[in-house]
Amino acid sequence: MKAKIHVTLKQGILDPQGKSIEQALATLGYTAVSNVRVGKYLELDLNETEKEKAEAQLKAMCDKLLANPIIEEYRYELDAER
Amino acid sequence: MNLGVIVFPGSNCDHDCVHVLGEVLRQSVRQVWHKETSLDGLDAVILPGGFSYGDYLRTGAIARFSPVMGAVKQFASVGGMVLGICNGFQILLEAGLLPGAMLRNRSLTFICTDVYVGVENAATPFTGRCEPGQVLKLPIAHADGNYYTDDVSLSQMKANAQVVFRYCTADGAVTPEANPNGSLDNIGGITNADGNVLGMMPHPERCAEEVLGNEDGRLIFLSMIDALKKAKLQPKTVTA
Repeated sequence: MKAKIHVTLKQGILDPQGKSIEQALATLGYTAVSNVRVGKYLELDLNETEKEKAEAQLKAMCDKLLANPIIEEYRYELDAER
Repeated sequence: MNLGVIVFPGSNCDHDCVHVLGEVLRQSVRQVWHKETSLDGLDAVILPGGFSYGDYLRTGAIARFSPVMGAVKQFASVGGMVLGICNGFQILLEAGLLPGAMLRNRSLTFICTDVYVGVENAATPFTGRCEPGQVLKLPIAHADGNYYTDDVSLSQMKANAQVVFRYCTADGAVTPEANPNGSLDNIGGITNADGNVLGMMPHPERCAEEVLGNEDGRLIFLSMIDALKKAKLQPKTVTA
């Protein structure tokens, strides 16, 4: 299975990179843009056939290492095709 | 005293710490490779600055799983004195030995400069040589020193006097302008609830001898040695 994981700063936590990019976009004339958030994207292959087991493992990986629950939140997609 | 300086792949301030403790302060000190699993015989350990594991993923996120960290946790849980400097502080946060987390500096830049910090709590084993409210001039060098924790944890830390250093002006005024990195409440250093684990972003090992023109950092190490000597005079009450 292929997993696609997105890690972003929690809402309410200042994202200085997002702010900076938002200002750059405004300079380019994209003044309708707001709330830019920068995150991380991870892909991984998981040698697991049962979706439930895969999800449990992914959650544990995110909680232990891939995201810091104090400042970050995560979401993932599991693609059973592969 | 027998002091240990932990060396992770990518640590780069370990030699500075060993130099200050061994050559300047004449203590027995050894480097502890991150694959070691025992801290037996050590009275205190230091997690030095650097870029452990290249700062991949998040600063300190991978180092916290180094084999030695199990021993550090055990050491801290029985009252052992642990000092984390800069990347060492980041590792202690990721390991859950200290509350909170580090965000990218507000300016998005790596900041390398001298700053002033006020000693908020001079009753810790790391600050006993300081006067309450004393202003120390110490260098910082980091990109991720923007301290964050939630409101509940912040009020607990304040109630327990766990905030040890706050960025301030040379006169000791805690102002937004004196905050180099955007840290919550100007926080530059904190302890755990028991007070035996300190994390600080400034580098005391870089200003601990006369030839460098600044000896303020020496106070931190001398305080630690004082506290260890005192503890040795008292009968041990803690057993693992």
